Amino acid sequence: MKLASVLASLVLITSSSLTVASNRDYIEIVGSSTVYPFAIAVAERFGKGTKFKTPKIESTGSGGGMKLFCNGVGVAHPDVTNSSRRIKQKEFEMCQKNGVTDIIEVLIGYDGIAFANSKKTDQLSLTRRDIYLALAKDIPNPDGSETFIANPHTTWKDVNSALPATKIEVLGPPPTSGTRDAFAELAIEGGCKSFPWVKAFKKVDKKAYKARCHTIREDGPYIEAGENDNLIVNKLDANPSAFGVFGFSFLDQNTEKVQGALIEGFAPTFESIAQGDYSISRPLYFYVKKAHIGVVPGIKGYLREFTADGTWGDEGYLTDRGMIPLNTVKRKAVGDAVKNQTPLSM
Amino acid sequence: MSRSTIDIVNRNLAKRYAKEKRFRLFGLVSILAGLAALCFLMVTIVSTGWGAFTQSYIQLTLDLDPEVLSISDPQDDDQWSYANYTGVIKKSLRERFPDVTSRRDKKRLYRIVSPGAGYQVNQLMQDRSLLGQTVTVWLPADDDVDSVIKGHIDRSLPENERRVSDKKLSLIDELVNSGQLKRKFNNIFFTAGDSSEPEQAGIKGAMLGSFFTLIVALLLSFPIGVAAAIYLEEFAPKNAWTDFIEVNINNLAAVPSIVFGLLGLAVFLNWFGLPRSVPLVGGIVLTLMTLPTIIISSRVALKSVPPSIREAALGLGASKMQTIFDHVLPLALPGMLTGGIIGMAQALGETAPLLMIGMVAFIVDIPGSFTDPATVLPVQIFLWSDSPERAFVERTSGAIMVLLMFLILMNSIAVLLRKRFERRW
Repeated sequence: MKLASVLASLVLITSSSLTVASNRDYIEIVGSSTVYPFAIAVAERFGKGTKFKTPKIESTGSGGGMKLFCNGVGVAHPDVTNSSRRIKQKEFEMCQKNGVTDIIEVLIGYDGIAFANSKKTDQLSLTRRDIYLALAKDIPNPDGSETFIANPHTTWKDVNSALPATKIEVLGPPPTSGTRDAFAELAIEGGCKSFPWVKAFKKVDKKAYKARCHTIREDGPYIEAGENDNLIVNKLDANPSAFGVFGFSFLDQNTEKVQGALIEGFAPTFESIAQGDYSISRPLYFYVKKAHIGVVPGIKGYLREFTADGTWGDEGYLTDRGMIPLNTVKRKAVGDAVKNQTPLSM
Repeated sequence: MSRSTIDIVNRNLAKRYAKEKRFRLFGLVSILAGLAALCFLMVTIVSTGWGAFTQSYIQLTLDLDPEVLSISDPQDDDQWSYANYTGVIKKSLRERFPDVTSRRDKKRLYRIVSPGAGYQVNQLMQDRSLLGQTVTVWLPADDDVDSVIKGHIDRSLPENERRVSDKKLSLIDELVNSGQLKRKFNNIFFTAGDSSEPEQAGIKGAMLGSFFTLIVALLLSFPIGVAAAIYLEEFAPKNAWTDFIEVNINNLAAVPSIVFGLLGLAVFLNWFGLPRSVPLVGGIVLTLMTLPTIIISSRVALKSVPPSIREAALGLGASKMQTIFDHVLPLALPGMLTGGIIGMAQALGETAPLLMIGMVAFIVDIPGSFTDPATVLPVQIFLWSDSPERAFVERTSGAIMVLLMFLILMNSIAVLLRKRFERRW
């Protein structure tokens, strides 16, 4: 008798959950861990300031989010995915294949990546080429023979005689992280490209070029410190000769502990990233399924909240959290595209 | 010249004593090392987490003017939900500090109160008769202000290296001197869901999420585990098949928990189409994880009931079923419950399998049922430990303290049950 009632209640619970699955009353968001802190701020304001429920946000990483997002249309699939890079052609095609045809792309702003060390030591002035020569797995042969050799550098002085003779020791995120991808693409490849013959190589064999210019050395100087940026900051504080790679918002929150190195003469500051002077910065996006607008309540309102001037504008609350806003012209263009719900075409 | 046995014993005696002494010393040292590690852990967690239980509040006199709130028609519910609650706070701050005039300074002034404080005003005004009246309330201060009050910000640093400007420091000092800025018990920490603002973030959502998840796990795993144990121990024939099952149950107990998460994703989400991030699915996945623990401990409990009880019952004419349910099971139940509680404590601290089914998420609304999106306590700790805001550091440790408290509580209930009901034969 008891067993029967337990079974009955379980069946009831399961069936009620299935009805939830067929009409969801909150927005489901997945995607990048870099966009996550900005998205939660917007979602919270949206949830508390309107009659809609607060959106649910999962931090799955840009790639993982795109995969969930492109899986199909319907309330079982997320409505929005955040991304710290633009959607790839392949992902776009996967979306199309699964019936996710109309996607609205929203570029929200930029994020800088800091190459920072403890305040107890001097601030360094580096170029992307220095970072490449210090951290790439293979580097161009210094004898000028247009071949690659395994990276022999052990101190910063080896890399560039103007730099101090301290050991190269860089704490950074593991390969699963979007920050690592962006760092490899912007800093390592940026330095790689500064050799004209390597740049020419890109046209000949794109794959080999990418393998050379994106691969970080695995012989010790680059230490994978996990996804937790707070941990990296604390380790830098304890080890003044080490450098760390993390997002600008963490630098901004820990200004009394760490300082960002100057890259090509520019420190990672709000202004230098916004003006595009600081070279290691990346765009932040989110993508919306047009088919879900009007089906899942609140998506339009969420879009309005995100693209309001008080949110992503120069003085908006996202800038307080370390996001670098778009310039006025771009902001207006993106805002108009959102208002008209213009789908992305690739 | 012959040496008797006693000589050999005497010659080795000192060596044997020394050996025993060494072994005792090693044992003592390892226990001390373990205790030292535990102490270090507890001291770091408590010393950083203690601050999470207090929070700075600012006393403000709010003029709940319908015009500032932009409520023209008190009958209109929409106007109430979209009312400008922060506007009232800003107005009150301007009146409190009339000499702050420049736009830049005003912006700084507004930031001494939590940007989410409008929500507290909203809550307050659930009592709609307050419209048009003047009330004095304590509102949570911004996390930077809180850090200053708690001494986490070094005032001796030059202004450009500090997160809080000189102007803001002077505002804070003025409020402290007039008694309008005080540290109070952090109510919000225990009554709110997650938030992007540390001062508005709480663990109630995660606690309820853990509660719902554990209820599902308990309701499923305990009956299934006990039934499986009774069948295997009392009814099943001893053959190759049951041996095979037994080996597999023991193996399952050692499978890394993330594997159960992957299973849950494949079976419950993709195949059955259950929603992501809900306690129902979390509970089912944790059931799979705790089942082996419960089955094994239940079997041990059944085994420990002496055969004389069974034989006596059978001898008096009870059927096998009656023997087991009326005599063996009641005696084995305390041991089974202990196993169940320990299994639940294990499930309470689990994050990895929940990652795969979407329970690692930002959820503000407090879950009210088994099918509302929710996170659990350890996930909340994980999410906060990864947040850039400094004030989340102490909240992370605070949440760890709460989680540890629950674990200690559950384990002491298990110990108590054992002490109280267990019978020695």
